[in-house]
Parts: sequence; C-alpha cells; structure tokens
Amino acid sequence: MDWEIVIGLEIHTQLATQSKIFSGAATAYGAPPNTQACLVDLGYPGVLPVLNEQAVVMAIKFGLATHCEIATRSVFARKNYFYPDLPKGYQISQYELPIVHSGHIDIATSQDGFKRIGITRAHLEEDAGKSLHEDFHGQSGIDLNRAGTPLLEIVSEPDLRSADEAGAYMRKIHELVRYLGISDGNMQEGSFRCDANVSVRRKGDAQLGTRTELKNLNSFRFVEKAIEIEAERQIDVLEDGGEVVQETRLYDSDRDETRPMRSKEEANDYRYFPDPDLLPVVVDASVIESIRDGLPELPDAKRARFAEQYGLSEYDADVLTGSADLADYFERAAAAAPNTESKTVANWVQGKVIAALNEDGLEIAQSKITAAVLGDLLEKITDGTLSGKLANEVFDAVRSGEGSVAEIIDERGLEQITDASAIDALVADVLAAHPDQVGQFREGNHKVLGFFVGQVMKATQGKANPQQVNEALRRLLAE
Amino acid sequence: MHTDTLTALSEALAAKKVSAVELTETFLDRIARCNSELNAFVTVAADSALDDAKRADERIANGSATPLTGIPIAHKDIFCTEGLKTSCSSRMLDNFIAPYDATAVAKLRDAGVVLLGKTNMDEFAMGSSNETSYYGPVRNPWDTTKVPGGSSGGSAAAVAAGLCCAATGTDTGGSIRQPAALTGLTGIKPTYGRVSRYGMIAFASSLDQAGTLTRCAADAAAMLTVMAGFDPRDSTSLADPVPNYSACLETPWNAIRIGVPENFFDDGLDADVAAAVRDGLAVFEKLGATIKSIRLEHIGLSVPVYYVVAPAEASSNLSRYDGVRFGHRAENVDDLLDLYKRSRGEGFGAEVKRRILTGTYVLSTGYYDAYYLQAQKARQLIANDFKEAFTDVDLVVGPTTPTPAFGIGQKVDDPIQMYLNDIYTIGANLAGLPAMSIPCGLVDGLPVGLQLVAPHLSEERLLKAAHYFQLETDWHRQVPSDFA
Repeated sequence: MDWEIVIGLEIHTQLATQSKIFSGAATAYGAPPNTQACLVDLGYPGVLPVLNEQAVVMAIKFGLATHCEIATRSVFARKNYFYPDLPKGYQISQYELPIVHSGHIDIATSQDGFKRIGITRAHLEEDAGKSLHEDFHGQSGIDLNRAGTPLLEIVSEPDLRSADEAGAYMRKIHELVRYLGISDGNMQEGSFRCDANVSVRRKGDAQLGTRTELKNLNSFRFVEKAIEIEAERQIDVLEDGGEVVQETRLYDSDRDETRPMRSKEEANDYRYFPDPDLLPVVVDASVIESIRDGLPELPDAKRARFAEQYGLSEYDADVLTGSADLADYFERAAAAAPNTESKTVANWVQGKVIAALNEDGLEIAQSKITAAVLGDLLEKITDGTLSGKLANEVFDAVRSGEGSVAEIIDERGLEQITDASAIDALVADVLAAHPDQVGQFREGNHKVLGFFVGQVMKATQGKANPQQVNEALRRLLAE
Repeated sequence: MHTDTLTALSEALAAKKVSAVELTETFLDRIARCNSELNAFVTVAADSALDDAKRADERIANGSATPLTGIPIAHKDIFCTEGLKTSCSSRMLDNFIAPYDATAVAKLRDAGVVLLGKTNMDEFAMGSSNETSYYGPVRNPWDTTKVPGGSSGGSAAAVAAGLCCAATGTDTGGSIRQPAALTGLTGIKPTYGRVSRYGMIAFASSLDQAGTLTRCAADAAAMLTVMAGFDPRDSTSLADPVPNYSACLETPWNAIRIGVPENFFDDGLDADVAAAVRDGLAVFEKLGATIKSIRLEHIGLSVPVYYVVAPAEASSNLSRYDGVRFGHRAENVDDLLDLYKRSRGEGFGAEVKRRILTGTYVLSTGYYDAYYLQAQKARQLIANDFKEAFTDVDLVVGPTTPTPAFGIGQKVDDPIQMYLNDIYTIGANLAGLPAMSIPCGLVDGLPVGLQLVAPHLSEERLLKAAHYFQLETDWHRQVPSDFA
C-alpha cells in the first residue's frame, strides 16, 4: 500500500527587536533570570501593553518577501490560559485578523526543481517565560526574561509531502528571516523553532488523515527525523487497523520516538477575544510601499545574479548566498580583486576562509581576514607577486595578527623572483654545479628536470617563479 | 473648612489664610473622628500626607504652586500608589504594595496635591453599593443605614462627609456617577481614553475610565485639567490636547439644546426622583435651554450588554491574580492546580467570582458568537443612538439612578436588582461618552442626581452646563447634617 505524508509547519521565529513587543524591557539572550522583565512583563496590576512598531515593520517585511497580503487592519487578541510562566494569564497574539496572510515560498526539490509551498498566515505574538524544573527541590523556578519577546508565527499550508520537503522549507524560511534581518535565527537559543502537523493518507485519497502535532522541534535534523518517525508510526497504526488520535506529541531525540504529551490540557478553551488594551493595527499602503522599497535583495534573486554576474556554478552560487553576510563578503572580496577570476575568489572563500572561521569558531562578519585583505592577497597571486603556496602562508600570518599582506611579504622576503636575467643566472649556477645530472638529461633522462627545479627553489627558498625556472632550464639545457 | 469647595480652599491657600499643613491636619482629624463610622478609607497615609503638605507650603511660598497645590484629596484604592497599599478592596491584594504610581496619581502628585489616603470600594470595582468590599461596606453620610453607592463608594462618602476635599474614582458602568448621585456630589466620567488607565487596576478595559467626585463642577474642572491627557503608556488614551477646563467655565453661557430620553422615565424610576429630575430640567429651561424629548431606541439593551462585555473582559483581566507573583497565595498547596484554585478561591469575593464565571462562559467556544459578538453589535447600536441624538441636541439629560440611596443589605441577595441601579449610567460607558451627575434635589432627606451626557470629548460643554446649573441652585452646597 502506498502512503502519502502530509505536513504543515508552524514556525516561531523570534524577531530581532531591541525591546519586547509590548514593553521597553531588553530582549538580549542569556541575562540572569528575571533581570529583563519589567512590570509590564510581570503582568503587574494596572500596567498596559504598548505595541513595539519595529515588530510590525519586521512582520510586514516577511510578508512582502513571501508574496503575502499585508492586512491594512489587524487585531491583537487574548489567548487565555493559566500557566506560571504566562504572567497575565493570557498571551497577546493575533487570531482572526493576522497582519500577514495568503502567500508562498518556493523550495528546491530533487525531482522537480522547485515546489511552491503556501503560507497561510504569519501573525505577531508575545513569547511566554520559562519554567525551570531543576535545582528547586520539588518546586519550579520561573524566569520571565523571555516573556514578551516578539514572535512571528509562520503557518504553512499542508503542502509538504516528505520530511525532506519540510526540512527544505524550514531551511528556506530560516535563510529568509536572516536575510531580512528580522531574526538572528539562533536555534540553540530558541529564536527559531517549529511545530509540525503530520498526517498520512493513502495515495490518491482526497481527504486528509487525522493529524498529530509535534511540538518544539528546534533543529532541522529533528524536524526531519521527527516527521519520519511519526509518519511511520501513523502508517503502522493504520495498517494494523487502528486509528490515529488527534493529539500533541513530543519528539524524544534520545530514543528517536514520538510520544503523547499533556492530553489533559488538550481540552483547553482559549477563549480568544480582541484585546481591549490595544488598538487595531492600521497600516497605511504608503508605509507598506516604503517597507517594500527598503527590502534587501532576497536569496533566490541573489543566487541567480551570482551565477549570471560572476559566472559561478549553481553549486558555488548556492553556497555563497547561504547567508547575506557570506554573500556580501564574497562580493566585497571580488570587488577588491578586480583582476582575479571570480571562480578563484569563490574557491578561496569556500575553502581557506570558511575553514579558518570554523577553526576559530567565528561568523563570517567577524573573519580575521577581511574581504578587502583577501582581495588584496588574491591580486598578489594574479599579478605573480606570490605563488599560491606562499599566498597560503601569508593568509595564515595575517590571520594570526602578524601584520598586513604587504608587511608580511616584505618582512619574510616572500616576493617571487620574476626577473628573467636573475633566474637565468640562478639556473646557470645550478647546471654548472651538477655536471653529472646535465649529462643524464642530455642522454635523454628528462626526469632530472625536476631535480634542477628543486635545486633552484632550494637556493631561493621557493621564491623563484616556477614557470620561468622551467622555461630557463629547458632553454639553457638545449644550448 | 472641611465642607469648603476645592476652589475656595485653593484661594485660601494662595491667600495664605490657611497653610497646607493646617488644612491637612484638619482633614486627618476629620478622618480620625469619622472614618470608623463611615468606613470610607481603607488606608490613611497621615505621615506622608503631612510631608506632602510641607512640600506644598514650600511651593506656595516660592511661587511654584498650581491651583491644586496643598489640596487634600483621596484616591480610590484602584489607583496604584507607589509604596502604599493598593488593594482594590480585595483580599487578593490585601498585601499588595504598588511599586509605581498610576499616571493620574503621578500627575496630581506633580501638581502638588496632598494624598490623605486610599478609599474603600466594591471589590475590583464590581458592585453598585460598596457592599462587596473585603473591608466591609461604606456607609452613606446622609443616612448611615444606607449605601453610598458604588463602586467608588468610599470616595463619595469621604468627600460628602468632609474627610477630604476631592477624590478620584473610576467609572465602568456608573461607578462615579451613581455614588455621586447617592451622596449629593458632582461626579464626572470623562470620555473613554481622556484620562490614562495606566496604573488603574483593570476591571473592564474597554469601559473603565477615571474621573472625580467633588463638591461642584468647578472643582471637577480643576482636577480634570490636571488628570487628563495622552499617555504613551496607554495605547487607548486620546491624543487630543487638553483644554483648561477651569477657564472654560468662565466663558459666557450660550443657550443649548437638551434631549431628554423619555424611556428613562418609565415604571422603573421612583416618582419623587422623577419629579426632582423634572425640576432640574426646569432650571436649564430657565437658563434658556431648549428641552426636547428624544428616544434612545436601544438603551434598554445596555444592562444585558454590559453584563456580557464587562465580565468577559474582567474574567481575562483578573487571570493575573494567580498566587504566583503577587497578591494572596494559599498556603500548603498540593500542586499547581491547587495553588490556583485555592489562591483564587480564597482571594476573591462572591461578586468577583460571579463575574469571572459569567465572563468565562460568554467567551467559551460555542457561546462567544451568541453572547460576546452579539453584545458587541448591540453596543454599537447603543453608541449609534447617542450619535444620532447628538445631531439634534447638545446634551442628553435625565436621572442618574432609579432611586435614592437604598438600605445596606437590601439588595445584596438580588444581583439583578443591584445591576438595574446602573440602568441609566451604563449607556455612556458603552458609547465611551463623557457624563456627569450633579445634585438636583432631596427625596426624604436623601440626594438625587441629574445625569448629563455629552458627545465625545465635549467635557467643556458638560462642565459648563453643570457649572451654570450650580450657579442657579444650591443642591450641591447641601451637606449631611451629621457631618456638617
């Protein structure tokens, strides 16, 4: 029996605002518990929320980048439930009238090239705090630093048909929110997390199967693994003649299984109603247009331009546009090396530069070798000042802070010997010193040519231009 | 001195006929003598009041005084006051010391008022008689067997009995106007959003509005000029500039058109109260006003609409009282659910619980459309009725309450009868309109209130009409004989 998996994702992405969505408290991660929670975040009697307009602008950016409709009037609603890390006893979210709806994004697939995934809606809401269940001797600790942090919840249509597609979609959204500068996308810190709605049906069935919701998947791999495991579980249940129960399940990565969570709380009636403390969000068409004008170049457009403008392979263009910062680094390095092949720049960025970053645990924006320095270095190869091998040495020296490219070449005397008469003289000296090998060459043993090159390089600590040395050897031996 | 208007005391302070410290001592002495009988104050801040008074005297001496500097006032215990208990007359907040000042409190403080203390109220402002208070009922100075009205009953009793010169109140369905009517005071509920709600503990957010209880319209104007204005911490506060309401009282009277909703004079209205209200209308007529009959077609829906909308919002607003971060927390709890149930069960009184249950019900899946949405539609109809009326008249005038003050305990077991007390006042809250109650007579020795409702942001018109009425009458100068 052939089964089809149907998946819809709800991605929660934390917006990169300085302050919270309804208060002036800071949103920075990792502060000591409850040091970034003001009276509004604590839900004190008498306090009121005031909307952070930056969050609205960020949501609109996302909507514009995903071909969504931007609601000129959207409404915040209260979602009522009790939990200790939810200070007001309700979460301010958007329910009936979200700020962004009805759009799509294209993902690359191995079979068809690309697939269009519908985006149902994206709405603004506040995050809850955290309950800490360890180290409190049977009690729970509450940290409200995260309470009130702005989230954009992005809900997809159930258009995804495999764990791979779900992973690709999630990566695509992740790349996009970082490009737009609306989220740092940091998954370890919980800035980008996902719930997956999964169901299965027999191929060809029009009706959707009963779905389960997998909560709080905070890595691409977990999303893929959890969906795979859950779909297999559902298929097993159905093939055994059972029924899938609609419920919320947790993915346990240690055991690689999903299991039901808090079935009792499933009966929650959230009693949504418009929040009377906040006015409807009214966005002028002209504001939307000015936000549209300010959008950066988006990943797909950039990828196409890289292939076109720099003559890069699809693979190179894809890697180099993986983040806006990396793409920007490449473009600045290429601009600083106008006489160097773009492919060479691409190779160095993807090879030496990324390897160095990985070793140092740094982001591209923090690279010890700036794009300008890389460009400068590559130009030295192009104009013959440095050999590729020596360029590597200079790269490492600059990286460890020994000085600029010029200083290191100068101090170490690394500049290539390219003067023809000097090379002729060096070659003549080597030939004169090794008459036996000259004899072997003339008897037809051309392998000794390598020996002569080695001797010249030894005499010059590798600085002689290898092509010129070869050329001089052939000429002088032929005389 | 304790029965003088704010305006008179302000002049006396400016003329240095009395010092703020002397004035404060006088009122503190009044409180010490009378509060046990009236139960109007839940917190008396004698020490800090005298500090306030000393600072006020300095300002008067150095010429930086405002008309409110040195005026001893009280805040309803719903306004957060930094360092002072803010209880909402609930066991839930009996231990709550606010860490900040409400915006209205801060503005009055900056103007130099002396804060004598916090006044008793219905628990979380839910009530029309001040009998739902955790601290016990407030007594009406006109007859201490009667209620002073509610929910701002403590503020009303305190001003009426001369325990303070003026007091703040809040009005969600009539909670300023109804007690003002029942205690012979001038009460104003401004346009929704005119005074910031920041720091005013929420009951029903879309209806709550702060105002004042004073001896006359001029006093209300002086208070409101300071309290009103946009507040960046309250998104629903109005950005429109605040006029000097006191100055506008001095402008010449111009004849106005008054609409009288005839459906307010039906069987529910006490005949003597009706007569007093008709007498009040005659005063306006004498002043040159045109009186005409109007119908507010949907006003009859206001009580049921209110008892859907207000409890719905309250049920959500009161969710934060969970025993976790502040307020009452039950002891020896078994688990989280037990903590919630018992903290809330012990912390809230019966009326608050009734409204939380009602509100939870009307917002529940399957009932939301039938109750909450339906109520919102009806609310719009009521607002439209007023809007239409105001195309033809400048003010809508009628009774504030169906009867004068009723007996303590008389209606506590009949919530519907209690709710009907606000039948004339709720409309202005649902429509967000400014409204006042001014004294217009006495029935069996008990005050009767005349309600004035004006269009959106027409506080000037409202105050001026009340002021000119009070130039012609002396009902507002009557004081209960036991507290004269």
